[in-house]
Amino acid sequence: MKALKALSAALALPILIVIVWWLGTMNETNPFVPKPGQMLNDLFTVWVGPLMAEQVVPSLYRLGVGLGAAIIVGITLGLLIGASRLARALTGPAFEFIRAVPPPVLLPVLLLILGIDDRSKIFLIFLGCLWPILLNTIDGVRSVDSVLADTTSTYGMQGWARFRWFVFPAALPRIMTGIRLALPIAIILMVVSEMYAALDGLGYRIMLFKQTFQMGPMWAGILIIGLIGILMAGLFRLVERRVLAWYYGQREMEKQ
Amino acid sequence: MSTDVTGTTPKGEVLLSVQGVQKVYSTPTGPVEAVRDLTFDLGKGEFACLVGPSGSGKTTLLKVISGLMPATSGRVVLDGKTIDGPPRGMALVFQEYGRSLYPWMRVAENVVLPLRAAGVPKAERRARVDEALEQVGLAHVPKSYPWQLSGGMQQRVAIARAIAYRPEVLLMDEPFAAVDAQTRADLEDLVRKVWKELGITVLFVTHDIDESVYLGERVIILSSSPTIILEDLRIDLPAERDQLETRSMPEFVEQRHHVYEQIQKAKRGYNADTASMSAVAASGV
Ligand SMILES: Nc1ncnc2c1ncn2[C@@H]1O[C@H](COP(=O)(O)OP(=O)(O)OP(=O)(O)O)[C@@H](O)[C@H]1O
Ligand SMILES: [Mg+2]
Repeated sequence: MKALKALSAALALPILIVIVWWLGTMNETNPFVPKPGQMLNDLFTVWVGPLMAEQVVPSLYRLGVGLGAAIIVGITLGLLIGASRLARALTGPAFEFIRAVPPPVLLPVLLLILGIDDRSKIFLIFLGCLWPILLNTIDGVRSVDSVLADTTSTYGMQGWARFRWFVFPAALPRIMTGIRLALPIAIILMVVSEMYAALDGLGYRIMLFKQTFQMGPMWAGILIIGLIGILMAGLFRLVERRVLAWYYGQREMEKQ
Repeated sequence: MSTDVTGTTPKGEVLLSVQGVQKVYSTPTGPVEAVRDLTFDLGKGEFACLVGPSGSGKTTLLKVISGLMPATSGRVVLDGKTIDGPPRGMALVFQEYGRSLYPWMRVAENVVLPLRAAGVPKAERRARVDEALEQVGLAHVPKSYPWQLSGGMQQRVAIARAIAYRPEVLLMDEPFAAVDAQTRADLEDLVRKVWKELGITVLFVTHDIDESVYLGERVIILSSSPTIILEDLRIDLPAERDQLETRSMPEFVEQRHHVYEQIQKAKRGYNADTASMSAVAASGV
C-alpha cells in the first residue's frame, strides 16, 4: 500500500506533463515540434529491433567502460592521495585547475591524439567521470572520524588492513556521492562525443536523423537517452541502499 | 607545603614505565604545554586510576602511552621497550564510545576485527569473541549494529573488543562518563572482574573521585595543566569490592575525602609552575 502510494506520487507529475504535452501538440503542424504519440510510435517501429543492437549497444559499451574505469581509478587514486597529507598538498591546486576545464573542450584534442574510434570517446567519459569520484573520495578519506582512526591504530591495523577495514568503508558514503554525480556526466559525454565524430552510437544516430529531417525517430532517440538515465539512477539507488544500509540506518537513528 | 610525589613503587615487576613525559602541543596560536613532567611505574597486574581536573592532560597522557602521539620529551617503556608507535600488547577504550565502533560492522564483527587483523586462527577468534560478549552481557546481540544499541551497550561492545584482544595493558579513558548510574555501577564491577580474571594491567582514567577509589589499587592524582603528579596514593581496600559495602567503609570514605581535597587543590590552579613557586618561597629565596 505504501509502495503503491509512493509509485503513484512519483508518476503523477510525468503523467500530467505528458497529458498537457499531448493536448498542446494535438493540432500542431510544425514538423519540428515533438508529439508524444508519434515519438512512442517511432520508438517501437524505428528503434526497437536491429537499430537498438547496432546503435545503443556500442554507446552503452563506451559508457560502461569509461565509467567503470573512472570508478576504479578514482577510488584507488582517491584513497591513496587522501591518506597522505603530502600527496593532497601536491595534487590540490592541479586538480582544481583540471576540474575547471569542461571535458567536451578536450574532445577535439583527444580525437587528434587517439583517433575517432572508441578510445577517444571512452577516454573522454573516463576523464569527465574521474573528477567527481576522485575528489569526493579524497574528501571522504580526509574526513574520517579521528577517534575511529585512533582506534584502528591502537589495534595495530596498518597498510592494507587499515584501508580495507577502515578507510574504504568510512569513505564509502562520499565515494557513492561521487559516483552519483558522475552518472549524468557519463551520459552527456557519451552523447556529445558521438555527435562530434563517430560511425555509430546513439548520439551519432540522433544527429543523422536530424540531418535527414526524421524528427520523430530523432525525438525517440532522445527518449532512449532519458530512459537510460532513469535506469542507471534506479540501478545506482539499488546498489547504494545495499552497500550503505548502515549509513542510512545510523542517520535514521540519529534523527529520532 | 610539600608536593607529595611519593612515587609509590608497584608491587612485583614493572610492566609500564612513564619517564619524564612532557607534551607540548603546537597550535596556530602558539605552543600549549599540556603535560609538564610525569613519571610513574605500573607493575604487572596492577589496577591504577588516574584522576585530575578537566583539561589536566589525562587523554594526552593516554595517547602518548598508547603510542598514538609522540611525547615532546621523556619516554614510555613497555616491557623494556621504548614505545614509538601503537604496541601490540595494548588496548585503549575511548571516552567517545559512539565514535570508536565501526558503524558498518555488526557487534561481533567489531569485536573480532582486531583479532582478524592480528592473524588469530578462525576457531580461536570465534571462541574469544563469544567469551568476551558473554562477559559483558551482550551474547544476545552479536548481529546488531552498534548504532542500534544504547550508549551503555555500545561501551560494553568496546570493552568486549578490548577484552577479546587480550592486551597486557588496558587503558581506559573516562569510559563511563556518559552512561547512566546503574549501568555505570555494573560496568565498574565488570572491569574489576575482567582485570582479576585475566590478570592484566589496567590504567583507568576518570574524573569521578568515588570511582577512582572504588576501582583502583592505586590512585594517581594529577595537578592542573601544565601537569605534574600531585599525589600517588595506594588504596587500602579489600580486593573483593561491593558497590554498597565498599562504598560505606570508613577507609573508603576517608580516602575518597583525601582525593577530593587534592583535586580541589589542583582545581585552584595547582600546577607545575605554582608548585615550583611555592617551593622557592618555602626555601626562602
Ligand atoms: N590536539 C590538541 N591541540 C592543542 N591542544 C590540545 C590538544 N589536545 C588537548 N589539548 C590541550 O591540552 C590540555 C589537556 O587536554 P586533555 O584532553 O589531555 O585533558 P583531559 O585531562 O583529558 O581533559 P578532560 O577531563 O576534559 O577529558 C588542554 O588544555 C587542551 O586544551
Ligand atoms: Mg580527556
